[in-house]
Amino acid sequence: MDTNRCFHCGLAVPFNEEIVFRDHSFCCRGCQTIFEIFSDNGLDAYYDLERSPGARPLSDAYQFDFLANEQIVAKLLSFDEANTQIVCLNIPHIHCSSCIWILENLRKLNPGITSSQVNFHEKSVRITYNATQLTLKQVVELLCNIGYEPYISLEQYGKTTKNTDHSQTYKLGVAFFCFGNIMLLSFPEYFELQEFWLDHYKGFFRLLIFLLALPSFLYSASGYYTAAWKSLRTKRLNIEIPIALGIIVMFLRSVVDMWFDHGPGFFDSLTGLIFFMLLGKTFQAKTYRFLSFERDYKSYFPVAVTRLGEGREQNIPIHDIEPGDRLLIRNQELIPADGILMTPTADVDYSFVTGESVPVRKQSGDKLFAGGRLQGAPIEMDALQSVSQSYLTQLWSNAVFAKRGARPIESITNAVSQYFTPVLLAVAFAGLGYWSFIDRHTAFNVFTAVLIVACPCALALTAPFTLGNVLRLYGRAKLYLKDANVIERMAKIDTLVFDKTGTITSASQSQISYQGSALSGSKLTALKNAVRASNHPLSRLLYQHLPATETLSVDTFEETPGQGLEANILGHRIRVGSAPFVGAFDQLTATQTKVFVSIDDVVLGVFTFHSQYRDGLQPLLAGLAQHYTIKVLSGDNDGERQTLEKLLPPQTEMVFDQKPDQKLAFIKQLQDNGHRIMMIGDGLNDAGALAQSDVGIAISENVNVFSPACDGILDASAFAQMNDFMRLSKKAMRTIRWSFALSLLYNIVGLSFALSGQLLPLVAAIIMPLSTVTIIGFVTLLSNFDARRLQITRQKPKHDKYHGLGETASVILNYKSAV
Amino acid sequence: MSVMYLLISISIAVAIGFFIAFVRAVRSGQYEDDYTPSVRMLFDDELKKPEPTTKNPNKQP
Repeated sequence: MDTNRCFHCGLAVPFNEEIVFRDHSFCCRGCQTIFEIFSDNGLDAYYDLERSPGARPLSDAYQFDFLANEQIVAKLLSFDEANTQIVCLNIPHIHCSSCIWILENLRKLNPGITSSQVNFHEKSVRITYNATQLTLKQVVELLCNIGYEPYISLEQYGKTTKNTDHSQTYKLGVAFFCFGNIMLLSFPEYFELQEFWLDHYKGFFRLLIFLLALPSFLYSASGYYTAAWKSLRTKRLNIEIPIALGIIVMFLRSVVDMWFDHGPGFFDSLTGLIFFMLLGKTFQAKTYRFLSFERDYKSYFPVAVTRLGEGREQNIPIHDIEPGDRLLIRNQELIPADGILMTPTADVDYSFVTGESVPVRKQSGDKLFAGGRLQGAPIEMDALQSVSQSYLTQLWSNAVFAKRGARPIESITNAVSQYFTPVLLAVAFAGLGYWSFIDRHTAFNVFTAVLIVACPCALALTAPFTLGNVLRLYGRAKLYLKDANVIERMAKIDTLVFDKTGTITSASQSQISYQGSALSGSKLTALKNAVRASNHPLSRLLYQHLPATETLSVDTFEETPGQGLEANILGHRIRVGSAPFVGAFDQLTATQTKVFVSIDDVVLGVFTFHSQYRDGLQPLLAGLAQHYTIKVLSGDNDGERQTLEKLLPPQTEMVFDQKPDQKLAFIKQLQDNGHRIMMIGDGLNDAGALAQSDVGIAISENVNVFSPACDGILDASAFAQMNDFMRLSKKAMRTIRWSFALSLLYNIVGLSFALSGQLLPLVAAIIMPLSTVTIIGFVTLLSNFDARRLQITRQKPKHDKYHGLGETASVILNYKSAV
Repeated sequence: MSVMYLLISISIAVAIGFFIAFVRAVRSGQYEDDYTPSVRMLFDDELKKPEPTTKNPNKQP
């Protein structure tokens, strides 16, 4: 057994802090307690299914205090009657079979819970409980206590239970049912044996085939008729027009053939075509259900907040906040509206807004902006605005958010069909004209045969299968796109705009450098033990940074908020903190966060905190710069300009001090100059720019929880592969073009049959599936081959050590005025 | 020869039966989550394990 890893959560056990309990080692009391809960309740199997499946519990469970408000609870419950309550909770930590197992055995931990069912893809659990035995708050606390902190946001609040649309599944099912049965019943006709009994039952078979074709023709293919009708009305020649035309003509021709006993008709090809095309649609419509691409500030804001008034605390829904309300914000809670700080100091972490995860120190009377997360002791603030009128949330009133989704889909398929449809009609009428001089009957046959055989089935399937496959390949490499159309837009990008903080810098790593006289031996030991006692974010970082030493008892310890700490250890007086506190002289550079150290009133040196640029940033940008214009857009001041100039390719434009709406305007201006922009950002302040750009990619350390509305979510661990992703999108478009050529070749072969007046149902029944299968095979193999060459392969699943929202916020880099 | 009508009718009836089963499967939510049930069905074996431990605490070898 690996002794350095926690048995429960799998994280490395810090030196000297190992807790051994019942032969297993744990990193903290929290993990040990969860293990104890599970093993006392006979749920040891949790650790047998997967190794170290758990998460560290959060220390502050009172953030769910608002669940005491009955109004709020009523809105969260999806079913509420007497003794049965059902609630559906989103739990980001769900990641393995152990999670499913433990969450479905919740009833063993508390008899008040009747049953619970996990939906793994949605990372949610549906809990049925008895409200007379326990409250929703207790249910949530139970989940928190076992490390499965649910994620309750304003977004879910008041949302009606969604009804997933199954019509596509039904259509596919109906199409397959009709196709399969017609194929079987058509077999006798294929062989055209002049046997008595075949001839005898021909009418019966054909009647059955006709009846079976009706649901497929009327119901399954209905989507194509409406799409074709819509595009006719907007006078755009979509691929749906020749498809709908082909289907209808094929049906009419088959009815005529059958009625006059010319032949068996093309019902087999017709239903096959409909089935394959619906299959393509389904294949393309791969969605990542655990991700949301439409998040706005509502997804991150809390459901309720504590209002102080008339001498008591009151939980109110945040929409009820009015200017002038006195609010109480606790550790790790989000500031819901702009306001004035009434408590002496507060550390506010704006990482959701800016990507900058260093808390900002605010003094009494300072303005607090909505979206910040409080670190440390509770504060009181006076609201200045209501929630939707705040500085950040106002961004969502911009028109760009309203017109999202209404963007016309420019797809390569539609571009080709602009030419395809007129040519097809020209050929069909030419055939009709030519044959009508020779033979009326053949002329009708030729006309319909052209439309049937040229029905662009293979053409219509090319893009869905290629893009659907590439979408999956991206997903495996941890780039999750909203839909397949994003890939086409990606291939046309010429300019990449990066946000700085949190995007090209890492939000989870920091770099600490030390200047001064060397720290060693007892001094180092004393310093490490001094910061160990402190809960200040910078102390935590410093503690992790310093090499491991033995643990000593601290004689005296005193922390002055906003100043620093003083401790007596081994007879040394240690002061850690700001320059005036320690007594050091600081040539102040406002852009850097520094922590000074003195021992026995001798200033030893200073620790400087840098934001760390992501691994592989320089080669990535150098590679991207060969094909794209690169720009950097930052909400911060230009303190890091020189560092960036060294990292970025020469002539990279850098724009600093950009407010959220300025970022949006910057993108818009580039677009007006004819550029196609991909914006890569992370925080809510990038939301406008992401929505405005042609492709907006949100980069996220944890894709399950945090990302603003965008076209795609990129896991931060796959950041270095950006260039490969861009290249694959171009390769995908090349694959589609080649495949178009191939399918046109099939059309020409088919047309030559049709124009000579010899299109037998059997030929059609062979050409159609053959072309479909070769096209699907061709595009799938080629796009897989391209992905392998670019080394876009399945990433090893990173053990997702996510512990709820509070944890991301506790990773700190540097003090900087963020908003 | 009319046995043909019978056979075809039966085969169509069977096919329709499967189709109804498909519609019911969609309605009952089988297509909402296609992963969790595949994991869940394996748990039955694991569930039995803790039971003897509660009855016999000295089971540990």
